[in-house]
Amino acid sequence: MSAFKLYVPGDAAAVALGADRVAKAFEKAFAEKGMDVEIVRNGSRGMHWLEPLVEAVTPQGRVGYGPVKAKHVAGLIDAGLFEGGEHELRLGDVEKIPFFARQQRFTFARVGLVDPASLEDYVAHDGYKGLKRAVELGGPATVEEVFESGLRGRGGAGFPTGIKWRTVAQCPPGQKYIVCNADEGDSGTFADRMIMEGDPFTLIEGMTIAGLAVGATKGYVYCRSEYPHAIKAMNVAIKAARKAGYLGKQIAGSDYDFDMEVREGAGAYVCGEETSLLESIEGKRGLVRAKPPLPAHKGLFGKPTVINNVISLCSVPFILANGAKAYADVGFGRSRGTMPIQLAGNVKYGGLYEIAFGVTLRELVEDVAGGTFTGKPIRACQVGGPLGAYLPEHQFDTPFDYEAFTKIDALIGHGGVVIFDEDVDMARMALRHGVLRGRKLRGNARPAELDPPAGWRRWTR
Amino acid sequence: MSTGYAVSGGARGRYEAWTPNRGTEIISDHLAMEGATLPILHAMQEAFGYVPQDAVPLIADALNLSRAEVHGTMTFYHDFRHEPAGKHVVKVCVAEACQAAGGHVTSEKVSKALDCAFGETRPDGQVTLEPIYCLGLCSCAPSAMVDGRLIGRLDDEEIEEIAAECRA
Ligand SMILES: Cc1cc2nc3c(=O)[nH]c(=O)nc-3n(C[C@H](O)[C@H](O)[C@H](O)COP(=O)(O)O)c2cc1C
Ligand code: SF4
Ligand code: FES
Repeated sequence: MSAFKLYVPGDAAAVALGADRVAKAFEKAFAEKGMDVEIVRNGSRGMHWLEPLVEAVTPQGRVGYGPVKAKHVAGLIDAGLFEGGEHELRLGDVEKIPFFARQQRFTFARVGLVDPASLEDYVAHDGYKGLKRAVELGGPATVEEVFESGLRGRGGAGFPTGIKWRTVAQCPPGQKYIVCNADEGDSGTFADRMIMEGDPFTLIEGMTIAGLAVGATKGYVYCRSEYPHAIKAMNVAIKAARKAGYLGKQIAGSDYDFDMEVREGAGAYVCGEETSLLESIEGKRGLVRAKPPLPAHKGLFGKPTVINNVISLCSVPFILANGAKAYADVGFGRSRGTMPIQLAGNVKYGGLYEIAFGVTLRELVEDVAGGTFTGKPIRACQVGGPLGAYLPEHQFDTPFDYEAFTKIDALIGHGGVVIFDEDVDMARMALRHGVLRGRKLRGNARPAELDPPAGWRRWTR
Repeated sequence: MSTGYAVSGGARGRYEAWTPNRGTEIISDHLAMEGATLPILHAMQEAFGYVPQDAVPLIADALNLSRAEVHGTMTFYHDFRHEPAGKHVVKVCVAEACQAAGGHVTSEKVSKALDCAFGETRPDGQVTLEPIYCLGLCSCAPSAMVDGRLIGRLDDEEIEEIAAECRA
């Protein structure tokens, strides 16, 4: 054990803002001063305008400083950061920053808090409690627990996860698969990336529970190649879980077997669509399959397959550990639980904000996100990615709820909110992205997908 | 000491020259996998910097597929290169969130600073410039990736740094 401990995020957004350089500068400075410090590369707390946000462990708890550049390192050490010393970048307890304090972190509870490479740290922060309960409940009751929670797929369509799992559970025993959709192709979305980088064991646990629930022994995470940090973090965690007996034969001393691996995509947007994703894992071109048969009946290699988004699967450990009711108790209408919302684009306070359904777009973009980075008025928000819509100001009071969004011809999708200021040329955006869509949906996209998307229709109306 | 993970950047001089023996070796490392085609293609590119045309029949034979199938898969995915890239690879995000943060101006500046058009390798082989569709850095847009190194809030200073890196 080192005398001191410092958290310097290894999250890709923090790294893109200089976190690796900051970590190196600290390492060098500590070595020169002969200080014995453990530097943990944690996930991001989600307040990206403060990244790189480092946290020093002090006798009074963790004290944050940010945004830190390499040039600040000497000053921070002189200020006595391990005593929580005064400094112009001092943020204090980061969990008390309003952006963070106002959230309901069910799924992202551990992201930024724990060492993503440490299974011990995961277990010390309530990790694997969900799996333990699932083992006690057994497969069928676990499926029902997920159904009762009201969890709906976070990958876009909002289909009830419990129903999907039931369908696969009811298929005759034999080879079945759990596939995690980590293609996260929509601009404005990064929740999948953040949780895989910041708390990869949650996804492993979620997939393990899914396997136990439906009788699948093998899982694949299909992760886009644009996310090398996420792939690395997942692989490190999978190895650790396997070594500790949480993956493999008789996981965690139970009668269940489950193992998993990561497969890397190769730059095709259409592979986020579930059947094309399955084709891709099989080694083929990512062409969309006709439905039926549903993947639940004939999925990967023709076997019954649960295919869920990263956040859907990462919501499961909380549901099992705390009970379906704890999850279903928050939300709005038929949209239960929380949604990790991503605030992006021309945004002042951008990042990840997990909150119960029902929050309005106005609260999000005006209060939480603080408007635009440029300080100009907001012209529109794109919600739900390229298949979603551009919402103008007069629709900002729509609550985050699958049904409410459908009513205004919009989509919650993956919960990405991209803010545009008045300088944006909407016609140009729409046209440009029409072109992009054509390019990215290489292969034979279904006619429905080639319809002018909602955003385009709205703006040309 | 520091735990966690780091992703190394740097495309510089880390590629091997293609030989059929090395190709066969890479293939046999993956034969136990279900659906090995993409992992093999990635491994080829990792080793050689691109997927040599000569690898296609080897993969097809080893996986019991037709050459047309392997060729079809390889050409479907943007990631797989058919020829070596430049010494430096610069990818600039051109997706919506980065556009919202002024990305179209930034990407033109990068192209000018590198004297290289998008989708091309400069004639001197020093740099390849590519568009990329979201790096998941949409909250600190616009973003780019230079030889595997991520950059957020790409500004004039960063662009100058990229240009300098690519001169080396
Ligand atoms: C063109 C297209 C792209 C998609 N991209 C993604 C994606 O990147 N990630 C994702 O989870 N779902 C994506 N989906 C939705 C998936 O097809 C599927 O609904 C999802 O993986 C189901 O998981 P869920 O029920 O947990 O949401 C996409 C759908 C379409 C039509
Ligand atoms: S034109 Fe369509 S695809 Fe493009 S951004 Fe707009 S809504 Fe999305
Ligand atoms: S849109 Fe550029 S990083 Fe997401």
